[in-house]
This record gives sequence, C-alpha cells and structure tokens, in this order.
Amino acid sequence: MSTIHSRPDEFIATEHKPGVWERSRRARTAILYLLPSIILFSVFVFYPMFRTIYLSFFLTDQAGDAAVFVGLDNYKYLLDSPAFLNSAKATLLFVLYTVPAGILLSLFLALLANEKLRGIGFFRTIYSSTMGVSVAASSVVWLFMFHPSIGMFNRFLALFDFPQIQWLLDPQWALVSVAISTIWMNTGFSFLILLGGLQNIDEHLYESARIDGAGYFYRLRRITLPMLSPTLFFIITISLINAFQTFGQIDILTKGGPAQSTNLIVYSIYREAFVNYQFGTASAQAVFLFLCILVATILQFRFGERRVHYQ
Amino acid sequence: MTMSVPKKITFYTMLTVSAVILFFPIVYAFMISFMTGPEILQGKFFPESFHLDNYIRVFDRLPLLNYLLNSFIVSAGVMLGQLVVCSLAAYAFVFIPFRGSNFVFFLFISTMMIPWEATMIPNFFIIQNLNWLNTYQGLTLPFFALAFGTFLLRQHFKTIPKELHEASQVAGLGPFRFFLKVVLPVSKTSLVTLGAYGFLTTWNMYLWPLLVTTNNSVRTVQIGLKQLQSQEVATDWGVVMAGVIVVIIPTLLLLFLGQKQLQKGLTQGALK
Repeated sequence: MSTIHSRPDEFIATEHKPGVWERSRRARTAILYLLPSIILFSVFVFYPMFRTIYLSFFLTDQAGDAAVFVGLDNYKYLLDSPAFLNSAKATLLFVLYTVPAGILLSLFLALLANEKLRGIGFFRTIYSSTMGVSVAASSVVWLFMFHPSIGMFNRFLALFDFPQIQWLLDPQWALVSVAISTIWMNTGFSFLILLGGLQNIDEHLYESARIDGAGYFYRLRRITLPMLSPTLFFIITISLINAFQTFGQIDILTKGGPAQSTNLIVYSIYREAFVNYQFGTASAQAVFLFLCILVATILQFRFGERRVHYQ
Repeated sequence: MTMSVPKKITFYTMLTVSAVILFFPIVYAFMISFMTGPEILQGKFFPESFHLDNYIRVFDRLPLLNYLLNSFIVSAGVMLGQLVVCSLAAYAFVFIPFRGSNFVFFLFISTMMIPWEATMIPNFFIIQNLNWLNTYQGLTLPFFALAFGTFLLRQHFKTIPKELHEASQVAGLGPFRFFLKVVLPVSKTSLVTLGAYGFLTTWNMYLWPLLVTTNNSVRTVQIGLKQLQSQEVATDWGVVMAGVIVVIIPTLLLLFLGQKQLQKGLTQGALK
C-alpha cells in the first residue's frame, strides 16, 4: 500500500491555493449529500419536537392547534393528577423489572452460545429468533399463554396444585406479566448484540489466561466482562430507552388496565391525544418522556463511561 | 480448545434447556394454529392432525393477503429509502471533509436522543395536513433518515483506504461517480445489514401504522393481528395463531438467513 501512497501526496502538494468560492465548494458538495437527511430530520424530528414543547403550554382544539395559552398549567395539572403519577410510577417499575433481568438473561445466553461447540450455530439462531417476531405477534401469543383458564401458565400451575393466578387481569400481577413477555421479546436483539461483543474479544487474552490455569469464572470476571463492558454499556442504554417506549404489548395485552396498573407513559400519551383529544396535556407528557430519556442517556454516559473498559 | 466431556455435557444441557424455554412460545403458537376449538380447550400440546383449516379461515376473515402486500411494500420502501438517504450522508461525513461537519454530526447524534414517541402528535398532524393518511408515503417517508444507519455505514466507509479515493480523483472520477462505482460496491455487507435491519424493524412497526391507517387500503399485517385478536378473542384461538404464524414467517426466515451478518453489522455500528 505504501507504494501507491506517495504519488497522490505529491499531487496535492503541487495544487494551487484555492479561492473562497473554490474552498467552500467542498462544503457545498457535502451539503448536497446531507440534504435529504437534514430535510427529513427537520420535518419529522426537530420541528415536531419543538412543536410538542410549544403545544405543552397550550390548550388545544380538536384539530390539534394551539387555542389558549396556559403557561405551565398543563405541567401543574399533570403533577397533581393521580393518573399521571401512577403512570410515571408504573413506567419506572416496568424499567426496573425488564432492564436488569433482560440483560442478565441475554448475557447468560450469549456466554453459552459463545462456546465453540458443534452445532452452536443452531442455538444462536434459536436464541436470536425473538428478534424476528413482532411485538404484535408475540403479544397475541403471550395473551393466550396468560389466559386464566386455557392459558399454559395456569395449566402448569394446576399441574403442581399451585393456586391459579389471574395474570393480566390482576392489578398485582399485570405489570409483572407484561414485563415477562417484554423480556422475552427483547432477548433476541440483546443476545445478538452481546454475542457480537463477545466475539470481538481477542482470543489471545484467553490463551495466556489458560496457560496460567485460570478457571471459567475467573476468566469471566477478569477478562470477559471487562472487555465486554462497551457492549454492555450500549445494550443497557438501548434497553432502557426501549422500556420507556413500550406501547404495542400494552395495547394488545392490557389496554393500560386493570385499574391503570399497566398504563405506561407512551400508552398514556396515546390515549390522552388520540382518544381524549387533549393534545396539550398529552404534549406535556411527551416532554416528560423526552426528559426521562435524555436524563437516562446523559447519566449513562456520565457514570457508565467511567467504568467502561475501552480496547 | 478442547473441552472435557462432563463440561461439554453441562454446556449442551444448558444450551438445550434454554433453547426449549425460549423457543417454546413460537412452537406453541405453531401447534395451536392447527387445533380446533375443543382441542385447545382440552389443553393439548400436539394437534390431532396438521390440517390447514385455520389458515384458510384466517385468509377469509381478514384481507390478510392485502395486508401482507402492504407490509411488504412499506418495509421494502423504508429499506430502500434508508439505504439511499443514509449512504449519501455517510459518504459526505467520510469523504468530503468540510467546515461545520462536526456541527452536522452533532445534529445527527441529537436525533438519537429524541424518542420517536415524543414527536408523534405533531408528526400525525403533519401527515394529516399533507393528506397522507392511508398512503404509503405517510407510512414510509418519516423513517428514511436514520442516525443509527448513517453511523453504521460511516463506520464501514471509513475502512475504505484513502488511497483509493485519491487515486480515483487522479483518474478524474467525480465524487458522485466515486460514491456509486467504488464506495457502494465495496460496502455491500454493511448495506445488506442495514437493509435487513430496516426491513425487519419496519415490518414489525406497530404504533405509527395504527395512527396513520384508518381503513384497510394500506393497513399492515401488525394492525391486522390486532383486528384479528379483538374480533376473535373469545372464540377461535386456532385462527388467531394461524394469523400469527403467517405474519412472523417472513421475518423469521430473514433472520435465520441473515443472523450472522446482522450480528456482525449491528455490533460494528453500535460500537467504536
């Protein structure tokens, strides 16, 4: 490669010094390539985000246009509203239920599937399969499995003479049930990412450790997990954001019920806007969602990065 | 590395048990899709026979073929749109160094911090004001620009030797010709990864199609499943599960074929 290298360098060196129009040419060409993205982001991301913030200070009419300026009243109303506080609490609980358990499960599967064994490709395919099953399809399947009388879970409990659980119909259990199904839905993606991270780890590190006679768990603690930390850091952030954005499984499994126990924030925004036509308060909730995700991302970067070991 | 036999047995046992538990819901749905009402009530796991009655009935109840076609058009549309828009942007970031590129890059990153759900209300009205409800462009266009996709391709474009770029300039190849004739062909693997990712996520999209389709004309399969489930819930789980199987087969196939590729590509885009 070094033989090719020298010639273009000479070529650039002999070039004449360009003028302003000539110098801005590169920027103009670049903008041409970036224009589709910039226009689309402006129309479908930045403008709507500002519009959401703007609408959150207004009462709106049926067409979603700002009607009466109310300042921070929408926010005050939300912070006083038991329904919204309950929804915020449910969302936080849901994040706590799904993120750590989901990541531990996917990590466990990725560690298993990273062993060099015959037929491991088959297991990798199975473990990643839930990524190919849509939220709507998996929700329908889990709805059946949670069915109080003919569902598989209660039949299983009956087999061992355990008391029956009303899963999705019991306010105590509904959120946990949705969380279990969500963990299953997310496993495929997290598994694929973590397996990719594991396979990027340099083989030589393990070889020298094995010569020293280090056991499986010692290697896991001292080599695998530290080297995997950037990937773990990434998947934790993504899972956290995904959990805040949960919608499909709620719409199909519980519709926010029973007794509002699974009324997660995005479902609450959807209902407030497109069922109750309260676009002002719905926008204020959307701003809360935005802030939650922003804070989560920033916290992750602040505290996550320090503990992360980059190669 | 060779493993001792007991260790191998332990690993295979754990692998198998995990696979059975994880894959159970899919197999179960598959089994139920062949069962009649009474069979389901009895709580059997294996159907008496693998007849296709439920599958015929699900195509009767819903315009499922239409929905499948719609989902295919929408997913392929978003996939192609993302490939074009993201590869153009990634090309500019890598091969055209210009003042202000850091700022534009920051704009791209900031879109990743804005959850799509926080902007859905104004987005819905944009589509409504454009008269794009129940249209393919309303379902696809908002998703063409994708920061993640741009970064994924940028990562791969960066590995293209600068010498190649310089040599092509010497040969008098313009930037667009270089993009088309050199950059895209050597980045085939990343393009395939992003394409598969885009197709998969669009096929599985739920909230946006729910908002912008009000009749059956461009409705996607995921919304079809919701309709099916709310129509049938008390009576015919066999038909519902037949619908589920029909809907997940295309994406499962795509995943089985492209799992290795997808995993490599996604980790590349995610890190570094």
